[in-house]
Amino acid sequence: MSERTVSLKVTRYRPGQDSTPTAQSYEVAYQDDWVVLDALNFIKDHVDGTLSFRWSCRMGVCGSCGMMVNGEPRLTCSAFLREFDSREIRIEPLAHFPVIRDLVIDMSGFLDKLKSVSPWIIRDTEKDPSEGEYLQSPKQLDAYHQFTACINCLLCYSACPIFGLETDFIGPAALALAHRYNEDSRDQGSAARWNAINDHNGAWQCTFVGECSVVCPKSVDPAAAIQRLKVDTAKQWVRSVLLPWGQK
Amino acid sequence: MTRNRPDPSLLFHPRMPANWWLRKRTYFLFIVREFTSVFIAAYLIVFLVQLYQLGNGPGAYQAFMGKFASPGWLGFHAVALAFAIYHSLTWFYTTSIVIPLRIGAMVAPRYVFTLLNVAVWLAVSAAILAIYLIW
Repeated sequence: MSERTVSLKVTRYRPGQDSTPTAQSYEVAYQDDWVVLDALNFIKDHVDGTLSFRWSCRMGVCGSCGMMVNGEPRLTCSAFLREFDSREIRIEPLAHFPVIRDLVIDMSGFLDKLKSVSPWIIRDTEKDPSEGEYLQSPKQLDAYHQFTACINCLLCYSACPIFGLETDFIGPAALALAHRYNEDSRDQGSAARWNAINDHNGAWQCTFVGECSVVCPKSVDPAAAIQRLKVDTAKQWVRSVLLPWGQK
Repeated sequence: MTRNRPDPSLLFHPRMPANWWLRKRTYFLFIVREFTSVFIAAYLIVFLVQLYQLGNGPGAYQAFMGKFASPGWLGFHAVALAFAIYHSLTWFYTTSIVIPLRIGAMVAPRYVFTLLNVAVWLAVSAAILAIYLIW
């Protein structure tokens, strides 16, 4: 296999030492089958052990290794070095998030938002396990299946300028998961999610730039989910005004 | 259970640059789409004034309409029309995302719904134009 070299210009931020991030370049000899994450691990193992970044599965499933690669949010485990024409590749932490150290971002704000939409099946009454499973037809599964693919990699948040400007915006992934559970025929919790979705920082904060769906590595299409949530919440509001006696 | 959180004083908080919308083609097109709304709103105000003048009688209406022949008003209407077309086309595309077109068990590609919307739009516009020309 042929071996070439690339210069990785990596953002460094040392908390307590640096007031702003700086860039540090590393020359890396790589093979054709190397991804950006391989190069970062090479640096970590052989060049500079102080470089910090998140990763886990190396197969686009865990969603840990999202970073800005040449200004675009990417999973570094699926960004092949051979894709890039330039000899220098910029690696930065995911945009719009507070940086803890180097390429590691603070996800705690996202986790709070995720929790606010109750992304789990909510039942008014639970069946006894002896009564069997909650059955679902293929059509009912189709209604939400696409949105189950979210791996919480946060690339969609980095691509969203609205989140960059309004960091309280609940954001694409959390809203896509809210839609996923609202559309699940086994779920009865849409009312519990209503406040988070319909809040000022909920679905209506989205002005439909659409980049969240473009960068999603799992084709979840959070932009579509958010627009459908807007339609759903608008319909619910109209129903609550016209048919207040029909509301539970 | 208390979740560990990083010390806020040690975090670096990035800020969006003022020219963020110039950094990517899709961001630029998004801002243009938002900006077109200003011209559509302005045109609607002019249209409401036009209706108001219609209520004031033929003389007032003709005098108001006479102003539209000036280069400034012609320019305004040309720009408003171009922006309205851009906004409408992007709106039709948006609609195709919000309302997936189902044909049996299949979901049609988004461009099919967009093209259907455009076809209906052109048909209604042609019908209005035909009514105007005949009457």
